[in-house]
Amino acid sequence: MLETEIAVIGAGPAGLSAAIEAAQAGAKVLLIDENAKPGGQLFKQIHKFFGSKAHRAGVRGIDIGRQLLQETRESGVKVWLNCVVWGLFEDKVLGIVHEGKSDSIKAKKIILATGASENAVSFPGWTLPGVMGAGAAQTMINIHRVLPGKRILMLGSGNVGLIVSYQLLQAGAEVAAVVEAAPKIGGYGVHASKIRRAGVPIITSHTIKEVIGESQVEAAVIAAVNKEWSLIPGTEKTLEVDTVCIAAGLTPLAELAWMAGCECMYLPELGGYVPIHNEKMESTIRGVYVAGDLAGVEEASCAMEEGRLAGLSVAEELGYLEEHEVKRRREEVVERLKALRIGPFGEQRDKAKQKLVQAWQKKLGQG
Amino acid sequence: MRVLNHPILGKLERKKIVTITVDGKALQAFEGEPIIAALLANGIRICRKTRKRGEPRFLFCGIGRCTDCVMIVDGIPNVRTCVTPVREGMKIETQIGSGKWSTSDAGN
Repeated sequence: MLETEIAVIGAGPAGLSAAIEAAQAGAKVLLIDENAKPGGQLFKQIHKFFGSKAHRAGVRGIDIGRQLLQETRESGVKVWLNCVVWGLFEDKVLGIVHEGKSDSIKAKKIILATGASENAVSFPGWTLPGVMGAGAAQTMINIHRVLPGKRILMLGSGNVGLIVSYQLLQAGAEVAAVVEAAPKIGGYGVHASKIRRAGVPIITSHTIKEVIGESQVEAAVIAAVNKEWSLIPGTEKTLEVDTVCIAAGLTPLAELAWMAGCECMYLPELGGYVPIHNEKMESTIRGVYVAGDLAGVEEASCAMEEGRLAGLSVAEELGYLEEHEVKRRREEVVERLKALRIGPFGEQRDKAKQKLVQAWQKKLGQG
Repeated sequence: MRVLNHPILGKLERKKIVTITVDGKALQAFEGEPIIAALLANGIRICRKTRKRGEPRFLFCGIGRCTDCVMIVDGIPNVRTCVTPVREGMKIETQIGSGKWSTSDAGN
């Protein structure tokens, strides 16, 4: 069995930030990711981020990713790629498969930053080749530089649906329409305007009735929905498309947290079951921390800040940082997080996050 | 359908071209790209057929979670093609149902 001070699982924005923060304080950090490359989903985000200067707004996700990787190298974080963590046991022992070989790691502190996965929407034909997650299409065009299809229908007008639609246009695909079951567009107006200017209609109060095709997508039938979300007969319209992208939100990847015994809470605003944690990002299992989409689906900017919080906390717990130093830096991060959780959606997320902290305090007290 | 020119990412950088076979047919691919990207670049849109109904399946999540895109690769079934990099001479087959091991190809 291998040993490390801190094991961070997941090398996306949250995990990288956590690892950097803890390693800069002097802790020995092992950062593990199942993929061949670090960065999580940052490198497919080729758009500029929102927020203030402190959040690196105006910088593209891909550039933030490069910067984080450089800081990871400079701070002396040990990175293991192609390493799957398949179990988290008592006494903070991780079961892993690293480059095809089984092993186990014992860590003093564990930070889970496993991210989230895309939600599916099932309609007749949803399993046909050509129906895929919007994030999958984004991965294909922006990372692997191949088009998933020529003419695309996007389901869902949240920020992911809007941004990926625009990026599909940038990659040279045609976007037939964006359909949205709600009566209003879900994402930011600035993203919606961009695709509308490019001639893509955003059809609200509509959903996909079925996708037609023999061996792959040949067309999609959309229809209007009423207030009860039921299809209104007679409103069907057939769109000739070869690809349907689903942008219906994300669900935290909480398997390891469940396995470790972390108590979770169901909060739809944060994507589903989320591990209860305190303001230091510690779960209900002492020494196991959570950060990023696993701790509630938000944006990459939030994930990086939460990663920093978790990294600071474990470094403090291990005695690498003085209490007053941590307090000051934690306050800075909390301020930045507050600024990221404004607006109608941000406030909902903020309230849900507070519920998690309250639940933690109820269970484990102030300490 | 490769994205050769991109307004943000620029021109597609040159990568080493390798030859793979998909169901016996030789195809060109970029070394190191995921198998699924090579399939898309060659206009292929099937990875497997389901066990009971023989329905086609292809790319769905693109990040190795959903296992919809598994194929038989060098004799090993259930290989996730969205996270498995292409190598020269790779033998890829459409998987039927749970797939079959081919020990001679797997080198066992």
